[in-house]
Amino acid sequence: MAVKTASSPSKTTKKGSVASKSKFSKETYVKWYKDMLLIRKFEDKTGMLYIQQKFGGFCHLYIGQEAIVAGTASACRPGDKHMTAYRDHAHPIALGTDPRILMAELYGRVTGCSKGKGGSMHFFDKEKNFMGGHGIVGAQIVMGTGVAFSEKYNGTDNVAFVSMGDGAVRQGALHETFNMAMNWKLPVVYIIENNNYAMGTSVERTTNVTDLSKIGLSYEMPSKIVDGMRPEAVHEAIEEAADRARRGEGPTLLDIRTYRYKGHSMSDPQKYRSKDEVAEWMTQDPIEHCLRVIQENKWLTEAELKEIDAWVKKEVEESVEFAENSPYPEAHELYEDVYMQTDYPYIKEY
Amino acid sequence: MKTVQFREALREAMSEEMRRDESVFLMGEEVAEYNGAYKVSQGMLDEFGEKRVIDTPIAELGFAGIAVGASMNGLRPIVEFMTWNFAILAADQIINSAAKMLQMSGGQYHCPIVFRGGNGTAGQLGATHSQSFEAFYAHVPGLKVITPSNPYDAKGLLKAAIRDNDPVVFLESEKMYGDKGEIPEGEYIIPIGVADIKRKGTDVTIVSFGKIIKVAYEAAELLEKEGISVEIIDLRTIRPIDYACVVESVKKTNRCVVLEESWPLASISSEISYHLQRYAFDYLDAPVMRVTQTDTPFAFSPTLIDEALPNIERLIKAVKSTLYRN
Ligand SMILES: Cc1ncc(C[n+]2csc(CCOP(=O)(O)OP(=O)(O)O)c2C)c(N)n1
Ligand SMILES: [Mg+2]
Repeated sequence: MAVKTASSPSKTTKKGSVASKSKFSKETYVKWYKDMLLIRKFEDKTGMLYIQQKFGGFCHLYIGQEAIVAGTASACRPGDKHMTAYRDHAHPIALGTDPRILMAELYGRVTGCSKGKGGSMHFFDKEKNFMGGHGIVGAQIVMGTGVAFSEKYNGTDNVAFVSMGDGAVRQGALHETFNMAMNWKLPVVYIIENNNYAMGTSVERTTNVTDLSKIGLSYEMPSKIVDGMRPEAVHEAIEEAADRARRGEGPTLLDIRTYRYKGHSMSDPQKYRSKDEVAEWMTQDPIEHCLRVIQENKWLTEAELKEIDAWVKKEVEESVEFAENSPYPEAHELYEDVYMQTDYPYIKEY
Repeated sequence: MKTVQFREALREAMSEEMRRDESVFLMGEEVAEYNGAYKVSQGMLDEFGEKRVIDTPIAELGFAGIAVGASMNGLRPIVEFMTWNFAILAADQIINSAAKMLQMSGGQYHCPIVFRGGNGTAGQLGATHSQSFEAFYAHVPGLKVITPSNPYDAKGLLKAAIRDNDPVVFLESEKMYGDKGEIPEGEYIIPIGVADIKRKGTDVTIVSFGKIIKVAYEAAELLEKEGISVEIIDLRTIRPIDYACVVESVKKTNRCVVLEESWPLASISSEISYHLQRYAFDYLDAPVMRVTQTDTPFAFSPTLIDEALPNIERLIKAVKSTLYRN
C-alpha cells in the first residue's frame, strides 16, 4: 500500500506501474477517465465563470481530488446513498447527474438541481441518491450516519458514503457519531477527503495525531490510509469497506490522501503553501494517470480520445448554455419548499 | 479624525485592549496565520504572538467552551466565529454556560468574554450561511448583545465589550468589513446600552440596527424630497435595548417603523412594537409598522434574495402608511 505523508504525494506510485498489473478493465478506466475529465473541465469552466461574475456566492472547486469520487462511484451500488460537504460539484457528476442542472444551480436558475435555492454548496439529486451538499462543516458526518441507520432499520444492504474534509474531522460531533455508528454497527463508510488543508490551516497545525486514519481507533473502527490520486486504490478501499458494511460489520474510516490544486474557495491567496508543493502533487494527477494507462494498453486510439475530449467540451458548453437560457425562480418560489404543509400560514406583510 | 475600514476599527479595539490588559486574548478559526478569514485580525499574530492570537481547529463548541472556562478563571477571551452561523454549534456554551454562570454560582464566577463575528446575510450563500442572531441571543438573560452599523460605533462598542465583565455577543457583518468611516485618533469608548440618533427628524421614527440601517438612510433622503422628515434611531445595543430613546423619539414624531434584517416572528421589531404600544400608546397616531425579511429561509438565487430582503420601496411604503399617504 502506497502511503504518503500528508504534505507530499506518494513516491512509490511509479508512472503507469499500477496499470500493468491492474485488475481493472478497459471499460472501468475509460469510465474513470471520462468522468474525471468531465469533472475537471466542469470545474475549470466554473472557476472562469465565477471570475466573470456570472454567479455569486462561495465557490469551492474539486480540481485535483477527482479520483476519490471516480473510485467511489465505480465501487458503489445503485441503492447506496451519498452525502458530502460544500465542496460538492464532483460527487453528483460522478454519480451520473446531468451537469446541465448542476451548472443551472450555480447560476441560481429554477432548472437547477436544487431549483436555484441551494447554490454551489447545496447540490442535491435524489434520483441519484445524492443527499447533499452541506454548508456547515461536519453536519454531514452526523446526518450521513443517520442515513446508514435508516438503511439498517429497513433491512436493506445499502451503504451510506459520507465524505468530509480533513478540517471537518475536528468537529466534536464526529466522536459522538463514530461511537454510535460502531456500537450499532451501522452500514456507513466515512471518507476523509484529506487534502491536507482546511482553508489555510494544515492538518499538522490542528492536531498531534496527523494520521487521520487513527481517529476512529478509540472506537476500534476499521480504518485505512488510501492513495487519493489513484482511482484504483480508492475503488478497492471503498469496495472492501462497503462489503464489510453490507455484511453487517459496521463502519469503516478511510483517510484518503489527496490535494486540491486550487485555493480553498475562489478568494484564497494561498500563502500557506508553496508553489512547489502544488506542482509536486500535480505530477500525480489522476486524470493523466488514467490517460497513460489507456494509452499504454492501446485501449483507445488517438481519434477515440479526441472524441472524448469533444464530448466533454460539449457537455460543459451545453451546461453553460442551458444555465444561461434558464429562468430565475419567481418570487413566489420563496414560499415553496419551506414546509411540506402547502398552506402554511406565513407572516406576509408585503 | 481618521478614516478607517470597519475591520480596522475592530482590530484597533482588540489591539488597544490587548496592549492594555495581558489577560485579553483572541482565538478562533484562521485568526492568526491566515490573518483572519475576513482580515479583521490582520497583523495581530505578529504583534502579540501565538500565545495571545490563537488559531483553533474547526471545533466551535470546543473552543467556545475553552474560552468560557478560561473566563471563569480570570482571563478575558475574545472568541471570533468565522460567522455567527457556525456559532450555532457553540450555542450550548454561550447560552447554557456563559450566560448563566454568574447566577448559578450565586455570584462567585463570572464570564468576561466577547463572542464576535460576521452576522446576517452576505449575498448568495444560501440558507445556512445567511442568518441574523440579534433576536436569538437577545432572548437570553445573562448576555449582552451588540450590533454596530459603522466603524466608529464598532470600535467604541467593542472596547466597551472587552472591558465589560459580562458575556457579550458582538454581531458584525461580512458585508460591512470594508465599509469606511471616521474615527478619532485617540482612544474612546461607547457605552453599551445606549442608542444613537443617526438622523434627526420630526415626522416618523425609523428604528433599526446593523447594516440594514443603510436602507433607512437612503429612504430618508428620498422621503425628505417629498417633504417627509425622518428620524433614524440606531439601537446599536440589542440587549439591553435603549427603550427610552425610542419612546422619546416617538413621543415627538408619533409614528414609528422598525426596519430589521431578520425574520418577523419573535423579532426585535415585535419587541419594539410591544414596548411602544405599552409605553407610548397615547402618542401614536398610526400603528407601528415594520419591514423585515420574509418569513422564509434565505435562498440562493438573486431573484429570491431580492424578494426576501427589506428594501427601500417597502420601507418608504411603510413610512407613508404611518402618515396615511401613498
Ligand atoms: C461549522 C462551520 N465552521 C466553519 C465553517 C467555515 N468553513 C467552511 S470550509 C472550512 C474549511 C474546511 O476544510 P476541510 O474540512 O478540510 O474541507 P476542504 O475545504 O478541504 O474540502 C471552514 C472553516 C463552516 N462552513 N462551518
Ligand atoms: Mg481539507
